[in-house]
Amino acid sequence: MTDVHIVGAGIHAFGRTPDMTGLDQGVFAVREALGDAGVEWADMQFAFGGSSAAGSADAALPRLGLTGVQFINISNGCATGGSSLLSGYWAIKSGEFDIGVVLGFDKHPRGAFNADPEASGLPRWYGETGMMLTTQFFAMKIRRYMDLHGISATSLGRVAVKAFDNGVRTPHAWRRDPVDLDTVLNSQMVSDPLTKFMFCSPAEGGVAMVLASDRKMRELGLTGPKVRGAAVRTRPRGSFEVFAPSLDIERGVAPTVLASKAAYEMACVGPGEIDVAQIQDTESGAEIMHMSENGFCADGDQEAWLADGVTSLSGRLPMNTDGGCLACGEPIGASGLRQVYENVQQLRGRAEGRQVADAKLAYSQVYGAPGLSAVAILEA
Amino acid sequence: MSIAVADGLFLEGANGVTLIAGRRKSDGEMRFPMPIGPEGALYDAVELAPQGKLWSYTVQRFRPKTPPYIGADDDKSFKPFAVGYVEFPGQVIVEGRILVDDPSALKIGLPMTVVLETFPTSTRGEVATYAFRPA
Repeated sequence: MTDVHIVGAGIHAFGRTPDMTGLDQGVFAVREALGDAGVEWADMQFAFGGSSAAGSADAALPRLGLTGVQFINISNGCATGGSSLLSGYWAIKSGEFDIGVVLGFDKHPRGAFNADPEASGLPRWYGETGMMLTTQFFAMKIRRYMDLHGISATSLGRVAVKAFDNGVRTPHAWRRDPVDLDTVLNSQMVSDPLTKFMFCSPAEGGVAMVLASDRKMRELGLTGPKVRGAAVRTRPRGSFEVFAPSLDIERGVAPTVLASKAAYEMACVGPGEIDVAQIQDTESGAEIMHMSENGFCADGDQEAWLADGVTSLSGRLPMNTDGGCLACGEPIGASGLRQVYENVQQLRGRAEGRQVADAKLAYSQVYGAPGLSAVAILEA
Repeated sequence: MSIAVADGLFLEGANGVTLIAGRRKSDGEMRFPMPIGPEGALYDAVELAPQGKLWSYTVQRFRPKTPPYIGADDDKSFKPFAVGYVEFPGQVIVEGRILVDDPSALKIGLPMTVVLETFPTSTRGEVATYAFRPA
């Protein structure tokens, strides 16, 4: 079977762009990705794309060109971008296609996401009485994790400080000013123990990639990181997920643990070999828990890792080098692909100002509602 | 007297207030609330213990968005409320609103009692819902 490479990558900077729709930003990213690879839209044999709140991705077709290309809209919650990448990967891996595009974009209103109980298969009273909020879930998951594994509020703060420091160095980031630890810890409490600066915000942005088979890449004289492993997994029994009126007494693992394991197995690598990682940081606690769920450290090690700067740009395993969701915000359809975009920049030596020296293996993991996780491992 | 926010969530009896969960006939998996509709036929209703232990918690510091929230308050009059999960040993872990004057008194493992809370809504007047209170 052929290898799959990312031969072009494009992004529309995350944040707020009042004069552009989500679709505008998605089209912008596709054109950037095509330009990066030096190929034409007419050369594309397939496209997979999605947005959560900014319409059908295939609305991009009249702008990009009505070439008759196979275009499939992807809708898979917070893993929409990861699912598009995986779909493109399979399309090429299967031998059916040689080159195509994956894209994700979004544009959300300010403030917390609106939740619809019935759309999630939940009784209406659950939302009516004020319990259907993602913020509550994240707070309760990290509250328990902190108690069980000795994680301090200072560590929550350190994750946010690192994110904003990295955002300063990242052209596609939204928040580009540093925030000190005291400010993070003493900012407005949103959902205890998480303060305002520990949460990401809904945002806007667009990301696209051109994927190609090994043969097609060489034929066109292109280069690009290889997709070594990619997996999406949903919540197993006993995991603790967003919007859960009840939980099993017998606890199970998170979907991230399953997706991570599957991707490592596909890639034939272990967490110790990863040089740079982008992991889901919807809020500070999520990054801490995902450090362990992705196999990088044992539960509780995060306290020392963060104090020692292991995951900072100058540390042994830099994480969320572009500032992650905390500094970039979270346009749901684009967020997972933003992580992959950052890894492509790192592996191609283009991450000026935040470059991880000699990065060869890069890892990304996006997690979200209703309880699913997508992992991709790239090799330079 | 206020009406229940939904049917079939809780009972009031000699034990005080208790929640009604469902136990799946095929494998014993328990969930709250008791499933309704075609799913309900696959479950037996089970009354949970009147007390449990706090499993995790947080404080809702801003007014949740409407919809789906139907509290009668607005952004100005909104008062933060605690919310958490209570483990009913041997049964299931259930999420609910928590009645407590000082949320800093909450701690994982704290014994909690099931109670009724009167919840003023913008659409249906006062409704009764279940909540937890430190025992």
